[in-house]
Amino acid sequence: MILYSLTFYLFSSVAVLSALMVISAKNPVHSVLFLILSFVNASGLFVLLGAEFLAMILVVVYVGAVAVLFLFVVMMLDINFVKLREGFLQYLPFGALLGIVLVIELGILFLTDRSSNIYNNQTPLQPIVSEVENTKMIGQILYTEYFYLFQICGIILLVAMIGSITLTLRDKGGVKRQNIDSQNTVDASIAIEKKKVKIGEGI
Amino acid sequence: MITLEHYLFLGAIIFTLGVLGIFLNKKNLIIILMSIELILLSVNINFIAFSAYINDISGQIFAMLTLTVAAAEAAIGLAILVVFFRNLGSIEVNKINQLKG
Repeated sequence: MILYSLTFYLFSSVAVLSALMVISAKNPVHSVLFLILSFVNASGLFVLLGAEFLAMILVVVYVGAVAVLFLFVVMMLDINFVKLREGFLQYLPFGALLGIVLVIELGILFLTDRSSNIYNNQTPLQPIVSEVENTKMIGQILYTEYFYLFQICGIILLVAMIGSITLTLRDKGGVKRQNIDSQNTVDASIAIEKKKVKIGEGI
Repeated sequence: MITLEHYLFLGAIIFTLGVLGIFLNKKNLIIILMSIELILLSVNINFIAFSAYINDISGQIFAMLTLTVAAAEAAIGLAILVVFFRNLGSIEVNKINQLKG
């Protein structure tokens, strides 16, 4: 139990600190790298909660795809980041005040709930007890009870894919493309030209 | 002893940091997108903590849905950002009203 607590505090403190660095780092590349650190630590917390499959998915999807996409965009675009940081210090005191108030309010909400009997939250949090493993458990319920949800996920990803491709597709002039239609409809009258070549002159 | 409250507090702190990131870096579109990712991460932490708390796997399914939506949102957001940068040569959010539909 002590080890569990220590691991929780380790993962959560690193996650919170790197989240803080994400929003305060001067260099956006560092921001993305701290975002990766934050996600990896969050996936450690998911393992503590017994959600191994989601932890691995988080690492694969976020660190492997989303964060790399961010990194790609940050490095590809030539952005003047110094200019974008104007106003950061100006809003910092008010922002910090806002953040502290928000955290305190949320904390009060959780702590006052302790007195109500809706849920007894003084029991230590344990992973779900089951004889089958986490991945199998998710699979058993995802493809039966939540099948429509699963399909909608697929549609969302398809729409996102088509949307981002059509947004970034650009027609540059002067690019030679294969036009299959015109290739197929070609016949001898437009493909072959007959010329009378005079001897000794050429065309 | 780690209870549900610990995870809820962690989710609350990360959520607040995400909101603060939008508030403080309100010119930099990339940091704003990353802050949205942080907010969605805190949602996921809450989903999975409650899933373990009520001993029901459904919470993890919904965390997966959140993950899907977050990935789609990041892809479209970055695509819009690239197009925006191509047109204006900058990613300042206060210039975004020049897009006009």
